[in-house]
Amino acid sequence: MDTKSPARVTSPPTKRKATPRRDTVPALLMITPAMLGLLLGVVLPFLAAGWLSLNNIRLNSPRPAVWFGLEQYARVLTDPEFYRGLGNNFLFAVIVVPLQTALALALAMMLNQPLRGMKVFRTFFFMPVVFPMALVSVIWKLMYSRDDLGLLNALLHWISFGAIAPIDWLGSSSTAMLSIIIMSIWQGVGFQMIILLAGLQGIPTSLYEAARIDKASWWQQVLNVTIPGLRNTLIFVVMVTTIFSFRLFDQIYILTQGGPNSATTTVMYQAVTSAFTENNVGRGSAITVVFFVIVLAITIVQRRVLREEREV
Amino acid sequence: MTATTVRPAEATPTQPRFTKRQRTDLLCKTVNYVVMTAVTLFFIAPIVYMFIGSFKPANKVLNGLGGFMPESMSFDNYLGVFARFNSEATGYFQDFYLTSTIVSTAVVLGGLVVNSMAAYALARLDWRGRDGVLLGVILLVIVPFEAIAVPLYYLLNDHRNTYYVQFLPFIANSLSIYLFYTFFIGLPKELDEAARMDGAGPWKTFALVIVPMSKPVFASVSILTFLSSWGSFLWPVMMVDQPAYRPLPLEISVFQGQPPTDWGQIFAFGVMLVLPLLVVFLLFQRWFVQSVASSGVKG
Repeated sequence: MDTKSPARVTSPPTKRKATPRRDTVPALLMITPAMLGLLLGVVLPFLAAGWLSLNNIRLNSPRPAVWFGLEQYARVLTDPEFYRGLGNNFLFAVIVVPLQTALALALAMMLNQPLRGMKVFRTFFFMPVVFPMALVSVIWKLMYSRDDLGLLNALLHWISFGAIAPIDWLGSSSTAMLSIIIMSIWQGVGFQMIILLAGLQGIPTSLYEAARIDKASWWQQVLNVTIPGLRNTLIFVVMVTTIFSFRLFDQIYILTQGGPNSATTTVMYQAVTSAFTENNVGRGSAITVVFFVIVLAITIVQRRVLREEREV
Repeated sequence: MTATTVRPAEATPTQPRFTKRQRTDLLCKTVNYVVMTAVTLFFIAPIVYMFIGSFKPANKVLNGLGGFMPESMSFDNYLGVFARFNSEATGYFQDFYLTSTIVSTAVVLGGLVVNSMAAYALARLDWRGRDGVLLGVILLVIVPFEAIAVPLYYLLNDHRNTYYVQFLPFIANSLSIYLFYTFFIGLPKELDEAARMDGAGPWKTFALVIVPMSKPVFASVSILTFLSSWGSFLWPVMMVDQPAYRPLPLEISVFQGQPPTDWGQIFAFGVMLVLPLLVVFLLFQRWFVQSVASSGVKG
């Protein structure tokens, strides 16, 4: 583009015509390190995933790679265990996406009030985001201890005056996923809250004033001013959280290893264990490709929704 | 007598309505603060639990609600962590710290240089093929690391248990390039023009004009990459098994799974793991919040 047109006018016309794209050499030098990194670190492994998934290839095995065609995909897509993992990802998404988004919105709206001390509260609400998931998992593992000495069991016991018996949070297949979900919301909601808070602060106050003049109630203001004003931010947040739901790994690896009885196994957990524990790189790559197709689908849906908005 | 005449005046129709509104305002405020305090407790309880537990003997940590009681506090757990990780077989505690520091420093600093430079070329230089490269970078933003972890593990299998394998693949980062790009493209065009009229080439313009004006985006990208590289877990799980090259998050997951489990020491380890992140967060909170907000303003 002609970002430098005035500068061009000052330079001799012949020189300008000879090198219309005068920055090519420095530009190429400047992008080379990043492009090299992205090509070797992202594009190459991304393409390799496709190729590896078409082979029966094992790491540290004397047998050479064998062309496998679509066999890996056939095996993965007919494996009940894989669907168990996919189902768990969906379950996680179906609960976490609406709950975490609603919670984040509520927190952001509370913090957006002109009250004193909001910055202090914001600091506290956001603090878990700073904690790496591996550490969060370790802390919550102890809080989820199954006996009556576990923090959560003790709390429920105290609140219910002893009516609630100790629960084996991570060890029982009915509560393991719920435990992972609660912990993940605790860690992740602050991130969305900050994004939504930035979105809230971008809504002009004049809109609220106009709504108030029309005697709109608080709830009507939320529905007719806040939500439409946050539309794009909300779509972004929902998309990121949905994709995050399919990336689920750290918590599972540390807390449950997919168990009990596959109650918390996930797509990524299976991809990594296939490749890493079973040395089955072909299968791990096939699962990876399926995972990426899901992510791509979510992204395309989000783009569509956004485009519709622009046309309106 | 005057007092009796004043009192009815206080009770004029307008007066009680005003106090009523004040009362509902006050009630509203109180409810708000009560709710927010409750929410705060939810968010900080696990953190407080870890901090208090890190100073207590193991049997007082896993102790129901008593886990929050500050009793028999000492630094024994911290000394215990150093004593426990003090051989080749267990690894040395300072080595875990060193690994995390080397990896994060390389990812953050290397990333700042490499990605800002590329973004500058994409946003403000005039060259053939720019639009194609830009599109490619934007497309790569949607590829999560999880989608390439397995093949990358296969490709780099001969480089396991090194420092460089933990940071080299993460220096070039399409999201960082994109964040730099959106910031650079928003700077006034006159900046480059003025610099160029003074005879500065692209390198000089970038280093002396653009970089000094772009502190916010450099801060944002540093914080986002530091946060993710210090907490990085999936990649080290696959690439590192020798204690000498384990970063902190990998080691705490190994530590908590090794009997005998000493939760006081594990929490002390956790406090030391998160301390750099907390310090950066509390010191640069404004930047922190801004960087997270900026990562969301893409839509």
